[in-house]
Amino acid sequence: MTPRLIEVRANILKENDVLARQLRQRFKRAGVCVVSFVSSPGSGKTTFLEKLMGRMAARHRIAALVGDLATENDAARLRRACPQVRQITTGTACHLDAKMVAAALEGWVLEELDYLFIENVGNLVCPSSYDLGEQMRVVLLSATEGEDKPLKYPTIFNTADVAMITKMDLAVAAEFDLEAARRSILTVRPGMRIVEVSAKTGAGMAETVAMVEGLRVRAQAGC
Amino acid sequence: MHELSIALSMMEQIEQESAKHRGTVRAVQVRIGALAGVDCDALRFAWEIARAGTPFAETELEIDQVPLMVRCPQCGETREAEMFAIACPRCVTPEQEILMGQELELRSMEMET
Ligand SMILES: [Zn+2]
Repeated sequence: MTPRLIEVRANILKENDVLARQLRQRFKRAGVCVVSFVSSPGSGKTTFLEKLMGRMAARHRIAALVGDLATENDAARLRRACPQVRQITTGTACHLDAKMVAAALEGWVLEELDYLFIENVGNLVCPSSYDLGEQMRVVLLSATEGEDKPLKYPTIFNTADVAMITKMDLAVAAEFDLEAARRSILTVRPGMRIVEVSAKTGAGMAETVAMVEGLRVRAQAGC
Repeated sequence: MHELSIALSMMEQIEQESAKHRGTVRAVQVRIGALAGVDCDALRFAWEIARAGTPFAETELEIDQVPLMVRCPQCGETREAEMFAIACPRCVTPEQEILMGQELELRSMEMET
């Protein structure tokens, strides 16, 4: 028999995309603003999030999901800033997916939240293909990493909405070339919003809070 | 590496799609965009692992790599771009519209009875 060619034309991660779309609608209905964070391991993501949540916790109802490989425990650190934190242990998987997020939300009343932060597993490659239903995806690059990193990981910079340069307090000591880093980001993703922060000195944190709060205001206005 | 997760998702999809037809799946054709964030060699390797001991143990994976194609909103030029040099070389407009290159698609299956 001659083989027949059967057209499928479906996204390989269709199941994740469908689930992520449902999550996005659910978040929207509940009025919760969802922001996810991706970075390399050691970019200071957890410290940054702890500080961000600490600044926002007094005025807003916040929860967080943290994707961890089995050996880490970032969730315990985030609980210092806000009690509603759940850990998602991904086992061998190097990224979160929509299914894991949906399962981790079990029992939480989303309507009682203003913000949900999702900390992805430290990895700049794998998370890029998986939509989590978030409203905004932030990619973090620290001043102790190479300025050309965005050129090596163009996909994640293309799927994120905002780039954040962390550990700016170490920029001088690390001989970090901020302009070169900005150029790399804008080369792979022209027009991308870039925020420079230091969780340690607090620089850029107010701008970050304003950005995240602005996101929720815009969502409520229906834009 | 998430190529194994992708190979497993692919397998599930092939299982569902092939159940609608008679015969066995000799090969599958997938399209992987340059900007999809997938390493094709790693995906081939992951497919070997994923298919072992399944009804698709003999199913070949054929990858069609899709280049990044962009269109300049300013001058209308359509061209293939390097992932790390998207801006239009003609009019230096930085923001370009991505036409192709983000695919992660199960295109077709070759079945025989
Ligand atoms: Zn142009």
